[in-house]
Amino acid sequence: MNQFLDDFGLSIMVFVPLITGLIIMLIPRAKEELIKQLALGSSLATLGWAILLTVRFDIDNASTLQFVVDTDWITAIGSRYIMGIDGLALPLILLTTLIVPLCIIYSFNHWPEPANPKSFLTLILILETGMLGTFVAQDLILFFVFFEVVLLPMYFMIGVWGGQNRRYASLKFFLYTLFGSALMLISFLALYFLADGTAAGLDVVNTFDMRALSDGATGAIARTSQLWIFAGMFLGFGVKVPIFPFHTWLPDAHTEAPTVGSVILAAVLLKLGTYGFVRIAIPILPEAASAWAPVIGVLAVIGIIYGALGCLAQKDLKRLIAFSSVAHMGFVMLGIATLTNIGITAAVFGMVAHGLITGMLFFLAGSIKERYHTLDMSKLGGLLTDAPRMGWVVAFCAMASLGLPGLAGFWGEFPVILASYSPAAILSESMFRTFMVIAAVGTVLAAGYLLWMLQKAAFGTAGGGSVDLTPGATPHNGDGDDHLPKANTAIKDTTKREWIAWAPLLVLILGLGVYPRLVHEVVEPATEKSLEINVGNIKYDCLELSPSSATDCFNEIRNRNG
Amino acid sequence: MIFALAESIIEPLAEFSRPAIDWHALSPELTLLGVGVLVTVLDILYKERGKQIMLVITGLGFLAALIPIITLAVDGVASEPRILFNGAYVVDGFSLILKAMFLIAGYVVVLLSSQYVADGDYWENEYYGLLSASLLGMLVMTSARDLITIFVALELLSIPIYMLATWNKRNPKGNEAGIKYYLTGVFASGIMLYGMSLIFGASGSTILKDIFSSPDFLRSESSAFVVLGIVFSLSAFAFKVSGFPFHTWAPDTYEGAPTPVTAFLSVASKAAGFVALMQLIVVGFYGREDVYAPLMWFLAAASMTGGNIIALRQKNIVRLMAYSGVAQAGFMLAPLAVVGVSTTSADQGISSIIAYLVIYTAMNLGVFGIILVVARRTRSGDVKSYNGLFSVAPTMAVLMTIFLMSLAGVPPLGGWYAKFSIFRALISANTVSGYVLAGVAAVNTVIALGYYGRLAARMWFEKPAEELEIVGGASEIGSSENAEVENGSDVSVENAYEKQIVGVKQTIKAPFSLGIALGITLIATLLFGIVPGTLTHFTTVSLF
Repeated sequence: MNQFLDDFGLSIMVFVPLITGLIIMLIPRAKEELIKQLALGSSLATLGWAILLTVRFDIDNASTLQFVVDTDWITAIGSRYIMGIDGLALPLILLTTLIVPLCIIYSFNHWPEPANPKSFLTLILILETGMLGTFVAQDLILFFVFFEVVLLPMYFMIGVWGGQNRRYASLKFFLYTLFGSALMLISFLALYFLADGTAAGLDVVNTFDMRALSDGATGAIARTSQLWIFAGMFLGFGVKVPIFPFHTWLPDAHTEAPTVGSVILAAVLLKLGTYGFVRIAIPILPEAASAWAPVIGVLAVIGIIYGALGCLAQKDLKRLIAFSSVAHMGFVMLGIATLTNIGITAAVFGMVAHGLITGMLFFLAGSIKERYHTLDMSKLGGLLTDAPRMGWVVAFCAMASLGLPGLAGFWGEFPVILASYSPAAILSESMFRTFMVIAAVGTVLAAGYLLWMLQKAAFGTAGGGSVDLTPGATPHNGDGDDHLPKANTAIKDTTKREWIAWAPLLVLILGLGVYPRLVHEVVEPATEKSLEINVGNIKYDCLELSPSSATDCFNEIRNRNG
Repeated sequence: MIFALAESIIEPLAEFSRPAIDWHALSPELTLLGVGVLVTVLDILYKERGKQIMLVITGLGFLAALIPIITLAVDGVASEPRILFNGAYVVDGFSLILKAMFLIAGYVVVLLSSQYVADGDYWENEYYGLLSASLLGMLVMTSARDLITIFVALELLSIPIYMLATWNKRNPKGNEAGIKYYLTGVFASGIMLYGMSLIFGASGSTILKDIFSSPDFLRSESSAFVVLGIVFSLSAFAFKVSGFPFHTWAPDTYEGAPTPVTAFLSVASKAAGFVALMQLIVVGFYGREDVYAPLMWFLAAASMTGGNIIALRQKNIVRLMAYSGVAQAGFMLAPLAVVGVSTTSADQGISSIIAYLVIYTAMNLGVFGIILVVARRTRSGDVKSYNGLFSVAPTMAVLMTIFLMSLAGVPPLGGWYAKFSIFRALISANTVSGYVLAGVAAVNTVIALGYYGRLAARMWFEKPAEELEIVGGASEIGSSENAEVENGSDVSVENAYEKQIVGVKQTIKAPFSLGIALGITLIATLLFGIVPGTLTHFTTVSLF
């Protein structure tokens, strides 16, 4: 059994959703019950399988890849089918396998228009395969394929089940991401042809194997080429994150997507970008990463402030949450840009926390929309009187999102600010301390917009439209919208289905906030390894040297290689 | 004196001895020739009664021609090429994979044609005879390593298509299609012949290998001569592959020709042009990358960008596919700009183009299959008629989406591997021009997704179009039916389709033969994307 898990565990986890999706395609649409149960069953089985793998995962060796599979795939181009997970991937895999069944439970008997659960579930399952595959792939081309597989289902999910402006939003999402990934593919190919570790005693010439590439095979590449290659990856991953100037697809996609689509988009899809930085860009090209880090840092803090200000300008609740994602991903990117163990570990924690919290917020936005038929915050209000339980859940999530200590959000932000105080020695300390101050201002703004949002949505009474809000005034119903100034009995509180879908997320937000070591313990060793520069068996500490001696250090690696 | 003259002519002829012919190596071509002759003769004998068997004979004949290809492959031709006629005709791994591709593409086109021909009002058996002749020209092209043979192959494959393009002879659009294609075609042939004569003058040979080794050809003094020769002979094929700015015939011809012929034009005829380009550049002109590399670079960049940008504005599905074809041709031209860097990059460039050709053939034929199926119902080529296809004909919508996204290059569909192999060839050259061209290609991948994605969006996100009154042929797919209905010259079509609609209302079922065609193309599109090894095994060939 153990041997079987080691050899096929990951492949089964990745492909079970896809296979179920294909089976569902063949079942006639009339057998809806069967389709739904099959989809839910398979996503729960995937979660169970992921937990089984986690149990078997050797946490003491979280920095080494486990469950590694390595077989031929496309021999002609030197790409192989390599999968494996380490401490970086594990939390994200668990997050993905958890979010998908919750999404299915949330939409059970409750499909967004135009219903058609068969297609909807097929797309979600294909999406799951794409996401999981991206996290486990250890070959650049395999990674690329999974990274792209995610696009189509999401495109259709937004386009078919989305809101008013869905066609525009879905195409924008698709075009932006494809633009980034086309350039990223060029970078991958350039790496393939330029990486050569023969002189350093490494048997890696022309390979897409991430393990070999991050083991110093790229050291011989000239600095200018490295910078260009990194630029390509930066665009590919950066659009997905999204980093500041490339973020404009995000508010549109989030706003138009159906609830479940927004949840998956926020909880997992954005992480594909940041994961790419941590897994590929930095370990493979540390020299270029150190040169690009200031740029990433600047864009990250712009994202933090811009996202927060963007939030304050929104009228639509979902759009506000979308802009808050831009700000939160700014924190994650800032953590990555520090090139320190603390920073990147916090970034990975931030990814998980953002996935849980923002996923929750989008669930809530969906439920609010269902009850009030609008997300316009000037018309919302009174959630705490109309549906007190749900109101408190909103409040809880808003607190988590603004980084209240004791909840998960805190551990994604505070250590990042800490890490910016003392970034890797190769980076300019004063510059990152400036970033630190700006990011700290960002947390204040975050508190501002989240409390503002909470006030608008949960406090007071529902307003706007034809409803007279003066206390005691006779409510007159305009066009069928019967929001009363008093507690609106027509608004149902959280339903059982919603509790089932939300409870695990709420528990985790609290649990990880109180005991963050759960994640730290697996992530930290892996992060540390990703920052080490090992060429063959020799370890170089270039990133921990001052800028001038770091250049010598990198040149030494180059000479050794070439 | 007359006798003496006659004698002087006859005497060398009498001494002429037939060169040794490797019949086995020529058997695919001979089989196809037999099929063409058989179909033509049967047509004369049976006339109308031959309707049913023609299709079967042609289809089976194309498949039968695959048998000698397999035996040749088993014989190890890939490692030991059969060289015929002093090197003018070579059967090697390169030609075998392409011959197989042409035959299968031809078979799929026959499947696509059957229903179209049956739905039409008049029956012309020469359709299949002409198709066989054109296909024969393509088979010859894959082995032609000599200027004259290339010319003969080109004319053999083109002339039947000129006629097929005008197959809807009572439709002005059909005539326009044929005439435009014919005039530009012969013009290009003329230019090419001029170019070839200059090359012959500079090198003293028509055999590509000899041209390559001719010192005069490589010498820079002969540059004006050689530059003109190379540019002229390559431009003619740029026309054939509809590369920008030689593409202007394509949209009109595609629109006016019968849709199955358009499908044939857009894949097989284009592929034949690429075959010639590869042979000319890598075998004949290889030493002169100073001339052809910039030309190919420009053609590739212009075709990708020009084709894509114009395609964004198209309202007719066939015209859209015409411009998409221009852009796709740009991708395939790109590696030719860097093949001169080294023999490795030449091998890689060739392999990537062949892989692209095979995958492109599969997915593009798939798209045309769907166009045919949908047009049977809607009688329209307007992109609006695809609105809401998913809600009425989910299978067709899913298939079309797969083909379109494959054309756009979304993994794990075949098109992604095709694009990937082009990128790979460009970057492996490790030159600035290669990297820049790869960047241009990357940007174009995104532009192309714009129109493929919008078409997919129509099928999935829109409601089916309302039944519309037809306004004077504004929404023709490019077939004769619309015009005929308007002219009142034909009633059968009108009876069969009582009302013209722009949009699908009822579910659509593909006729059997179209179903098989779609199945073949779908399997190829998926298989080559998920397990590209099944394709690269055959496309890894060398022309050296």
